[in-house]
Amino acid sequence: MNRFLLPLAAFALLLLVLIAGLRHASDKGIIVSPLLGKPAPQFSLPDLLDGNTPLQTKALRGHWSLLNVWGTWCVECRAEHQTLLTIKQQGRVLIFGIDWKDDDTQARAFLNELGNPYQRVGADREGRVAIDWGVYGAPESFLINPDGTVVYKHVGGLTPQIWQREFLSRLP
Amino acid sequence: MRAAASLVFGWLLFAPCAFAVDSSPPLPDPVMQQRYLALTHELRCMQCQNESLADSPVGLAADLRRNVRELVQAGETDEQIRDHMVARYGEFILFRPRMNWRNAWLWSAPVLLMLIGVAVAVRVLRDRRQRLDEEPDVDESVDP
Repeated sequence: MNRFLLPLAAFALLLLVLIAGLRHASDKGIIVSPLLGKPAPQFSLPDLLDGNTPLQTKALRGHWSLLNVWGTWCVECRAEHQTLLTIKQQGRVLIFGIDWKDDDTQARAFLNELGNPYQRVGADREGRVAIDWGVYGAPESFLINPDGTVVYKHVGGLTPQIWQREFLSRLP
Repeated sequence: MRAAASLVFGWLLFAPCAFAVDSSPPLPDPVMQQRYLALTHELRCMQCQNESLADSPVGLAADLRRNVRELVQAGETDEQIRDHMVARYGEFILFRPRMNWRNAWLWSAPVLLMLIGVAVAVRVLRDRRQRLDEEPDVDESVDP
């Protein structure tokens, strides 16, 4: 009997490790941003809609912000646009956009056609600011608190359900 | 003949790989170019995830290569450049994970498994010798 005890214990341990692995399998594709809990990266981008004052990190302070990285070339961004307009109407956050590696004229046409949910939009034509934010696929949305700290990041299109579950629950 | 034909076919299969994805001109300093190549091969393209920055044709990989190139030229060390990337994209961007408290058990697993193996082997050998000492001739007499 005794000689089975050790292999059995080893098997049980292996089983526990495998079960833990299976339970976390659903978060495998999601890469947790190292920015969470850290101050928003410093940036300065030309404003897509008003050429005079650049959009800078300090614009994100003093209120809750949703920073949305998008582009007219991104199909999913078109799909989430209605949700962004709804979020704007709710008025819980100010929405800022980073137009990632895009053509300014096309981007302005996109907003004219579908409506503009953004307080301001920065044009990241070379994709440098997106790298500082750790962006790897549009759309991505960051929730930033009034101190300018990144609280949450969602990769992929926003839906009312995701907004409700992941973002509203983090707002005061 | 057949061997030669299959060899040629094999080459043809791999021919598309010969076209480099990275079309940027080499850095003037050959040492820097070497470091640039090494770094872009050990950093992951976050969009395709199983390709390195050097091998990936997507736009983000090109942007990150530009980033690495500029950091190399600015005189940053390899470790500083890795830190720069990890601060933005997390440790997932490194193909070679770093050792930390969370994965220490995984790093120590080979040594642990070997120690267990040695312990089991020693025990088995000792048991066998004991048995042979206690009951001689039994094992030898059974099989011809």
